Amino acid sequence: MSYRLQDRGRLIDRSDKITFTFDGKTLDGFAGDTLASALLANNQMLVGRSFKYHRPRGIVASGAEEPNALVNLGHGARMEPNQRATTTELFDGLTAVSQNRWPSLDHDIGAVNAHLSRFLPAGFYYKTFLYPRAFWKSVYEPFIRQSAGLGRAPEEKDADTYEHFNTHTDVLVIGGGVAGLTAAKAAADAGAKVLLFEQTAVWGGRSPVDGGIIDGLAASAWVDRTVAELEAMPNVTLRLRAMGAGVYDHGYVLGYERLTDHTPDKDGPRHRLWRIRAKQIVTATGAIERPLAFAGNDVPGVMLASAVRDFQENWGVVPGKRMVVATNNDDGYRTALLLNAAGVEVLRILDAREGGGGELMGEARNAGIRVDCGRGIGKVSGGKRVKHIQICMTNGTGGAMEEIACDGVAMSGGWSPAVHLWSHTGGKLLWDEAQAHFLPDFSRPPTGADGQAMVRTAGSTSGPMELAAVIQDARSAGADAANGAGFKAKTSKRPSVETATEAPMLPVWQMPGRADYHLKSKSWLDFQNDVKVTDVELAAREGFESVEHTKRYTTLGMATDQGKLSNINGLAVLANALGKPIPQVGTTTFRPPYTPISMGAIAGEARGEIFQPVRKTPIHGWLDAQGADWEPVGHWRRPYAIPQKGESVHDAVMREVTNTRENVGLLDASTLGKLLVKGPDAGRFLDMLYTNMMSNLKPRRCRYGLMCSENGFLTDDGVVARISQESWLCHTTTGGADRIHAHMEEWLQTEWWNWKVHVVNVTEQYAQIAVVGPKARTLLEALGGMDLSADALPFMAWADGKIAGIPVRVYRISFSGELSFEISVRAGQGLALWEKLMEAGKVYGVMPYGTEALHIMRAEKGFIMIGDETDGTVIPQDLGLDWAISKKKEDYIGKRAQARAHMMDPDRWKLVGLQTLDGSVLPDGAYAVGEGINANGQRITQGRVTSSYHSPTLGCGIAMGLVHRGPDRMGEVLEFPGTDEKTYRARIVSPVFYDPEGEKQNV
Amino acid sequence: MSDVKSVTALGGKSFGGLVRVAEAPLQGMITVRGDLGLASVKEAATGLTKAEMPATGRIETGAEGAIAWMSPDELLVLCAYADAAPSVPKMEDTMAKDFASAADVSDARAMFRLEGALSREVLAKLSPADLSVEGCAVGQMRRTRLAQVPAAIWFTDDETASVICFRSVADYVFALLKTAAQPGSAVGLAPAG
Repeated sequence: MSYRLQDRGRLIDRSDKITFTFDGKTLDGFAGDTLASALLANNQMLVGRSFKYHRPRGIVASGAEEPNALVNLGHGARMEPNQRATTTELFDGLTAVSQNRWPSLDHDIGAVNAHLSRFLPAGFYYKTFLYPRAFWKSVYEPFIRQSAGLGRAPEEKDADTYEHFNTHTDVLVIGGGVAGLTAAKAAADAGAKVLLFEQTAVWGGRSPVDGGIIDGLAASAWVDRTVAELEAMPNVTLRLRAMGAGVYDHGYVLGYERLTDHTPDKDGPRHRLWRIRAKQIVTATGAIERPLAFAGNDVPGVMLASAVRDFQENWGVVPGKRMVVATNNDDGYRTALLLNAAGVEVLRILDAREGGGGELMGEARNAGIRVDCGRGIGKVSGGKRVKHIQICMTNGTGGAMEEIACDGVAMSGGWSPAVHLWSHTGGKLLWDEAQAHFLPDFSRPPTGADGQAMVRTAGSTSGPMELAAVIQDARSAGADAANGAGFKAKTSKRPSVETATEAPMLPVWQMPGRADYHLKSKSWLDFQNDVKVTDVELAAREGFESVEHTKRYTTLGMATDQGKLSNINGLAVLANALGKPIPQVGTTTFRPPYTPISMGAIAGEARGEIFQPVRKTPIHGWLDAQGADWEPVGHWRRPYAIPQKGESVHDAVMREVTNTRENVGLLDASTLGKLLVKGPDAGRFLDMLYTNMMSNLKPRRCRYGLMCSENGFLTDDGVVARISQESWLCHTTTGGADRIHAHMEEWLQTEWWNWKVHVVNVTEQYAQIAVVGPKARTLLEALGGMDLSADALPFMAWADGKIAGIPVRVYRISFSGELSFEISVRAGQGLALWEKLMEAGKVYGVMPYGTEALHIMRAEKGFIMIGDETDGTVIPQDLGLDWAISKKKEDYIGKRAQARAHMMDPDRWKLVGLQTLDGSVLPDGAYAVGEGINANGQRITQGRVTSSYHSPTLGCGIAMGLVHRGPDRMGEVLEFPGTDEKTYRARIVSPVFYDPEGEKQNV
Repeated sequence: MSDVKSVTALGGKSFGGLVRVAEAPLQGMITVRGDLGLASVKEAATGLTKAEMPATGRIETGAEGAIAWMSPDELLVLCAYADAAPSVPKMEDTMAKDFASAADVSDARAMFRLEGALSREVLAKLSPADLSVEGCAVGQMRRTRLAQVPAAIWFTDDETASVICFRSVADYVFALLKTAAQPGSAVGLAPAG
């Protein structure tokens, strides 16, 4: 059983008792505990079930590398699955629930999978669920979905807030152990601005537990002193609970700071995503201990040796009273010595090496601990916790030499540098034979824009595991980083370091070396995803030679821990099975983030009201107060309709059209793009951009124009007004303003760079109000200030003046077919003018109208809409707009493309009106079918609906569409099958349904 | 110029959190395009504002306004709101012989002021620009973005920032600044060395 010791636990405060629950049970812990240490203190060794076989799983590690202890944390709006118990700081009221078990952790039905494990090898799903194909969707997928997975997705909206923070620094040091502190100090001493991140809540990393003397101080005292020194430096920023999540090109690093995970009631954001631009990056992320692959290495109570001593020294908990240590290196002895010193019985140190270890072995023997060399564990037995182990020869087949009863195993398979961050942006690795691990290849580092190293590693991340070498490496890494950032590192006295000298480690990838299939099939590599030695060997036999393919086939290293414990062991087993050296097999790709970061942190502030910018016109608030039904147009919101109390949106649209046609309507047209094009060459420039002539437009006059892409396709349209000799104002579609501005700038900057033209986007300088309808002039005259008679301001002219005392520019243009004035006013006075028009218009029946009424009225007039009648494949000629294409101009953008054979083909689909025989509304987007089927077995089509509405003016459905040789087929009836099983019959007619002579707008 | 008073986008909304955020009153703004080396361009901008011509990336303040460098051929001239519209034709006259343009953009923008020691920190939550004292000293004009929209930022002293954005996103930018300045969210960076 696991329990709390009375006299250990440097990080806990026994005077501060904390209550939490696990699977509904109320348990106690102390301030400073992690959830993992508190669970162990309560003898809760079983913490979860594995992904595939639902095997009982206990805590195996003490930090970010933990694969097993994942819990569902919190509830309701603070519920979060897959939270790692080892990195979750305990707080009062914490609620944790175990995952992947049903009905309970102790009695799990899914555990039957474990008994079927020999039928569920690597690739089982791929092989089994292929046939019959029809079974996949209805049988296999639902079954697999049900049985797979870890936590459950939260159902409520997250109650917390998150934020981003951008910062620039000379040197970023990631990792606050002795190496990170040393590197940070070296860089800061050189004068560099240093940012130091440590992912846990305490400084010092492993050293306070592992011991050693630095500068005559015990490691923990040295850490305290160095942190104090750094805190006193104005050029250093230190952050705890801040992880380096990812390193990217150009010194860009994502950091993940957990602000209130441990104090959920505190104000402020829960997580902060740091977006760091560093001149130099030092990764001092330490090393990760490897498990040993022996049978039953996943039984709760088998832990990494380093984790065992972390739990004991940091939090005062041990996994059992009678422990066995299995190791292939000297470091395992540290655990045995510390356990022994704390009064825990160490039954045996099983050292895989025939010759045993160095100084520490002597210390262990002196302490009375039995050390067996050339020995290992053959098998661990016990279901939900360790009961017995069988001792075997390191290189044997697993025959038990002895079985001993114990309740915990500490294993050490050697250490692998945490090279993740080094590798994220291209740092290469080398295989170190002596230590049997990959370390950074300093000749091929991640490089910055200058081709020089941008990332450096410090301490055990660089390879050395011994304290003196760690410190020395970190000093030079910090100095190199400062130099790389343009500072001059000082030479300082080399610190004195005292540690035990160690004997070489022995690589052990399978224990025992010649284990039979049965033992190997119980030797876990990836604990979370249930990948065993036999799975990797099977993959190798089946031809998966690439480590990347083997990873995906077996799912090795694909769990939420991303293989922190399993990768190196797994690829070593693969190399062995393939008969290749390990470096030739290589590693899988290290990708950010280092450990999972919250979706909230990624989103940052972008949620709720500020998820996306909403652009608002000066009249937006007024329309909103009137109950406008909004639709998005780009980032703008435009009113689709403005329903009156109790009115349906459809009825509102019908009323708005009728009222505008009979009385007068107001439209907020402020969103239309307004580009001021100015300069001696502006006329010539616009002649190139538009298909028709703009240079010969007279001042105070307007002209409708079309713009095409260089491929000839219609891309935007709008009214152009000539303001003065050298300036034109180009109106674009609402969605086109920024795009067309960029289009103009691109041509000016790349092709016609010597033309004298300036383009200024003045879209938002003006509110624009369309006053539309037979009573429009009467209403404006009632407000007074300008002569708007047909003589003074004819159709397609504009004039400056004042209306109701407000300076305006009035454009007499119409997109509805009615008498219409578009009034441009400074944005700051837009609402005032709108309100005056509404007030004065009461007697004339003025009503605001929305975009749907606008659409219906333009469709009644046969006016095209960019995005409805066009889709990027339509040229103006398809829409019968030949009249707006200059025949005189030598060139314009798109002219050449429109002369190509396919564009001139008389067989193109062309614009027509469509009127259903029964007056119903054609489904938008419906296709007209022809005779027969095409090569794909589909019905032949001969046209499609591009716009379709119910016209209240005509009292029937009207539509526009593109039809094969459409204009030549007036009067023909086409069939449009709908998605509602009905077939609609519509006659080809002229697209102009209303007032074809234009009598209404020309009054 | 008008019997009706212009209004800002948000009517001067304000918020107090880590810093004080307030929409600024009406501000005259004129975009000037042209070769910044031209004497006429210089005369048009400095004549109105009584400010010096700014060097690349800077903003210079004078008795009647300020001039900000926006790009190699663009200035933003800040003046009294009432002066902007009548000044545009005058500036165009001054620059008439050269290829240069001026346009009144006062109403196209919204402007905010941030006051408080944490102004730089609050803005750094929303902008990727280096807004530290070294990265954006007083007198520098920084064109950047706040979250998802364009913005221009400058500091008039180490604790006071001005922010210009488009008028249509004034609500969005105000809500952003409010969120970034929420109590309890101070980053607490060490003072720059």
